[in-house]
Amino acid sequence: MPPQIKRLALLFTLLVLSFLTAKHFLTPKSFGEFGHYRGAALGEIKAKVPDYSGQKACTECHPDMTDLKAAHEHATLSCETCHGPGRVHISSTDSLVSPKIPNTREFCSICHTKNAARKASNIKQIDPKEHYKADLCTKCHNPHSPWQEKK
Amino acid sequence: MAREEIKSRRDFLSRAALVAGGLFISGGISPFKSMLYATERKSTKGPWYAMGIDLESCIGCGRCADACKTENNVPREPFYFRTWVEQYTILNDGSIHVESPNGGIDGFTQKFADAEIFKSFFVPKMCNHCAKSPCTQVCPVGATFESPEGIALVDQTYCLGCRYCVQACPYGCRYIHPEKKVVDKCTMCYHRITKGLLPACVEVCPKQAKIFGDLNDPKSEIVKFMKDHSWQVLKPHMNTEPKVFYNQLRAEVR
Repeated sequence: MPPQIKRLALLFTLLVLSFLTAKHFLTPKSFGEFGHYRGAALGEIKAKVPDYSGQKACTECHPDMTDLKAAHEHATLSCETCHGPGRVHISSTDSLVSPKIPNTREFCSICHTKNAARKASNIKQIDPKEHYKADLCTKCHNPHSPWQEKK
Repeated sequence: MAREEIKSRRDFLSRAALVAGGLFISGGISPFKSMLYATERKSTKGPWYAMGIDLESCIGCGRCADACKTENNVPREPFYFRTWVEQYTILNDGSIHVESPNGGIDGFTQKFADAEIFKSFFVPKMCNHCAKSPCTQVCPVGATFESPEGIALVDQTYCLGCRYCVQACPYGCRYIHPEKKVVDKCTMCYHRITKGLLPACVEVCPKQAKIFGDLNDPKSEIVKFMKDHSWQVLKPHMNTEPKVFYNQLRAEVR
């Protein structure tokens, strides 16, 4: 074998070896556990704490409100649809953090503004610029039972 | 000598034609196996999650987009979304108008008079968690991948922020997080579904227009939804096998 080839082969082997060494130390431990990615990433993504606690968590303490809601038009809504995420409210111990009570006209209008894309059979709609424009929606409607007469 | 050269060239050409013809014929015998719909998993171990979206029930309230931002700390600026709602309006003259003001979070205002409109509807969009996801295939470092449950995820500690996946996604479902400088996308609320909760967008939907479930479980909500409705996926011609199934999806939706 000519010496040029020998030197070249040696250099090539050294390169491959250094690549393999670098690869061994630079590849994260769990890489390739499930596929071509870091297996530990699954656990890291899972570890996040959920903010929305789910309807069941609300019913535990507020069965009266859930029952009232379930008997009326807003039955299909989750409490957290309007009141926002429940985690802080549920986990607060010393002083109870209230969930938000969004009773503005703007908030109700997000769903109930008349729009050609909304089916009349799907949702009751109004023109917020005309429909009792000076009053809060909650003056007449109880959000938990929208058509019950308010006293 | 010259004759032989011609002969060998002819030989080469005839062989090339034979190979090409063989490939062509074998293609006819076993046609290109394109599976447009990822309704069945290749292996049946464990869950295989999917989402159903019922455009009949969607009222375009944008609560899904709002809850998603809260749950997943998505920046509040109006151009970062993991899920958003679009309003499609088809006018009588045939023109199609699409809008999504702040992803639908602040509500929609009707832009056209009722008399002008032929049809209008809302389309919630999100990551399709494709079974053949182009975004996970292009990642140069293996920072984005499909989880064993069929969910396209991003390993944010490993991501370089090269944006290759952002442009590879045919549905525009990825963005670069302005603070983390890495890619961010819908995880189907992986941290929730693995704890037995519903994804945040499904949890807050007031009309149950979003249906989440396991395609491998014949009793799941999603399987029931798919049996009951004539669903379609977005851009089926891309052959990405999306796992977000829309009821009443019109061809105008892109």
